[in-house]
Amino acid sequence: MGPLKKIIYNCRRATFLIEKKLIDRLTLREKMELRIHLFGCSVCRVFDKQSALINKMVQQLFKAPKDDGAHLDDNFKQELQHRIEDELNKN
Amino acid sequence: MLATSLLNPHKWVDNHADYLYAYAISRISDDEQARDLVQEVFLAALEKADKFEGKSSERTWLTAILKNKIIDIYRKRSSGLNNAVKVAEKEQEDFFYEDGHWREEHWPKELGFEDTDPLHNKEFNQVLQRCMKKLPKLWLAVFTMKHMEDEPTENICTELKVSSANFWVIIHRTKLNLRACLQKNWI
Repeated sequence: MGPLKKIIYNCRRATFLIEKKLIDRLTLREKMELRIHLFGCSVCRVFDKQSALINKMVQQLFKAPKDDGAHLDDNFKQELQHRIEDELNKN
Repeated sequence: MLATSLLNPHKWVDNHADYLYAYAISRISDDEQARDLVQEVFLAALEKADKFEGKSSERTWLTAILKNKIIDIYRKRSSGLNNAVKVAEKEQEDFFYEDGHWREEHWPKELGFEDTDPLHNKEFNQVLQRCMKKLPKLWLAVFTMKHMEDEPTENICTELKVSSANFWVIIHRTKLNLRACLQKNWI
């Protein structure tokens, strides 16, 4: 298989480059490779779009908690503050 | 002596406990462990309160302590024999043909969320979280550290003892499985 055909065929490699692109920088050569592949591969174009979106969604999950987020119960909190006060009084 | 002008431990629980707890639980998905962590953070913070210089806010400082403890947990969870990695690798073994071409039955398909705003779609988020839980612990650790605070790649490699080449393999494989899981459970 010639090098161009390899690029066109290799979706595994293309998805790898997509992941690298999202986090780091691609080399010029890698950029060309990915561009050529995506030009001819609609399946990987779907992957490309979804992958970026998944990262965004995951980042959103970790963002500062919203009002409907998890809460500690009051008992636990009271005990916790007691522990802190105990420690403070030791000094 | 405590720099009481800078820190106010008497109000720590009121001011920060829920925040720290939510921060922890979204990253380690274990209620009991998250509670323990919040307590540990406060106690550790008291011990090194004299080192607090007030360069950041109280909350930022406490969160940084928590973050380090979470990384410790990732490290512990992902060390040791890792059968889960083999299982996860097997799962994606037949995604591609030898030459790297997608097998038709594993083609990424449009899931109908690409052009809308799925960020506030609760159901979709739940599927996403379920799919993340299925990942091998080491993969999840790498993936989470990269995305939770945009941790530099070198740090992740050092903390979790993975080579840089392996880091990229993990990032790639994680996404292949995660995306496939979303497709399987969403359609």
